[in-house]
Amino acid sequence: MSILTVDSLRKSYGEGAARHTVIDDVSFALRRGECYGLLGPNGAGKTTTLKLCLGLTAPDSGTISLVGHEVPADARRARLRIGVVPQIDSLDPDFTVAENLLVYGRYFGMSHADIVARLEWLLEFSNLGNKRNARIGELSGGMKRRLTLARALVNDPDLIFMDEPTTGLDPQARHMIWEKLKALLAAGKTILLTTHFMDEAERLCHRLAVIDHGRLIAEGEPRELIARHIESQVVEVYGDNAAHWAAGVGGLAERIEVSGETAFCYTNAAEPLLQNLSHAEGLRYLHRPANLEDLFLKLTGREMRD
Amino acid sequence: MSALTYRLPSLSTRFVPVWRRNLLVWRKLAVASVIGNIAEPMITLVAFGYGLGSLLQQIDGVPYIEFLASGSICMSVMMASSFEALYSAFSRMHVQKTWEALLNTPLDLDDIVLAEMLWAASKAMISGLAILLVLFGLGIGLHPTTLLVPPLLFLIGITFASIALIVNAIARAYDFFTYYFTLVLTPMIFMSGVYYPITQLPGWLQAIAGALPLGAAVRLVRPLLLGRLPDDPLRDVLILLVYAAVAFYIATVLTRKRLLK
Repeated sequence: MSILTVDSLRKSYGEGAARHTVIDDVSFALRRGECYGLLGPNGAGKTTTLKLCLGLTAPDSGTISLVGHEVPADARRARLRIGVVPQIDSLDPDFTVAENLLVYGRYFGMSHADIVARLEWLLEFSNLGNKRNARIGELSGGMKRRLTLARALVNDPDLIFMDEPTTGLDPQARHMIWEKLKALLAAGKTILLTTHFMDEAERLCHRLAVIDHGRLIAEGEPRELIARHIESQVVEVYGDNAAHWAAGVGGLAERIEVSGETAFCYTNAAEPLLQNLSHAEGLRYLHRPANLEDLFLKLTGREMRD
Repeated sequence: MSALTYRLPSLSTRFVPVWRRNLLVWRKLAVASVIGNIAEPMITLVAFGYGLGSLLQQIDGVPYIEFLASGSICMSVMMASSFEALYSAFSRMHVQKTWEALLNTPLDLDDIVLAEMLWAASKAMISGLAILLVLFGLGIGLHPTTLLVPPLLFLIGITFASIALIVNAIARAYDFFTYYFTLVLTPMIFMSGVYYPITQLPGWLQAIAGALPLGAAVRLVRPLLLGRLPDDPLRDVLILLVYAAVAFYIATVLTRKRLLK
């Protein structure tokens, strides 16, 4: 049985003519021990999906089963076994690092002794052992994220919801969070991850789903999804006259997309393109394998979302 | 959804850890907080009690400073409770996202609203008790009947915290609370017999004033601090309880509408 099963979920907001659908017939299921990614542009419905799964809002129709409990009817009991790393930091600024963890543990009905027993491990896991008495204001962005992660683990959850856990972090801090997530997966935890960072998703997720306009438009393993939806290679061509160049080489690539001064050429055989480029004046290029970002842009388009 | 939105608030002891969270924050700032809470009524008491009192001498056979002290303590509890359930609760709900963190745990929004209400009442009672101690120092309220005052202070806190949580649930920003203070609480102070007996007001205003929660609070606390029993304690306790229950229900429903969507 899946640790989280979402079936035919629908949710809309507003009344009458202003009614708009945010989640449109979404179904997916998480296997125990995997990292499952929810990818999508801003406003695609990722955060609403998480809220629905936690029972913080009721769906119009569809069913959710979370760690064996029906949501939202039995959401409180389900949340006993869940950890949440929210998108926006919600640490208690008036408390120290240790106090944040102690107070949060009490919300799960844990006794003081149980929380204290877990505290050392949490501080060690989040590399905050020497910060236990520091105020939140003294912590760096990376430390705050690690503390938020430690807080989400206070109840030793089976499944951890992570809503854009590395947004706004520098590369060092991001890598450290990734290490922690991998350690959690190695320890048998299940993770539901939403992210904007395709490298993050490709690195961490066993499987992922792309959501756009409230619909689940693709699901699978990252490499397999790329292979299924997109050509294997990409040649990015930069330069003032890249657009002009791209207009003349139509036959050499399966698909060419021009964005500003860059032409993205998608192909399964790049040799003819590279030959052509070796004669081209004033153009630079990068030849690379197709990645998740290419897939994402193909599925959700290049136009801005606000 | 709508049936769930309008159901009665669930009352459970799950509120305790949230109440304790607020207590822990308060303990770090307790001295400053209590001093702040008692300074204002003390200044009022000194300024009006001695300043105006020297002109007025007595009201209904009571020295003016004693008359004012009992009104003042009710007003302070009302203010302390309202401040906590407005500015502080709004910070936790909207600015610091504390409530959001709480909702990710096995707590319900109802537990949080209940915790905020009882916490605001507790904090207001603590500052009310501190004022009471200062009054004792001035020789006011040294009667056995004063023992009935602390539970009343808690009830007054509950009533005004519940009303304030309605305002909190519909506020978009801190500015909104100014309206509540200047348009609701300030007129209520002048209509509730804090500074002068409401018999000074025109008849129609007296009728309205009789039904105000602060008026009920003053009618209960004033005689007790003077060593007497209130005229109609049942009616006035009931007024406070009805305001509290109705307001708490409305506050819970509006908060659900705001956050659980």
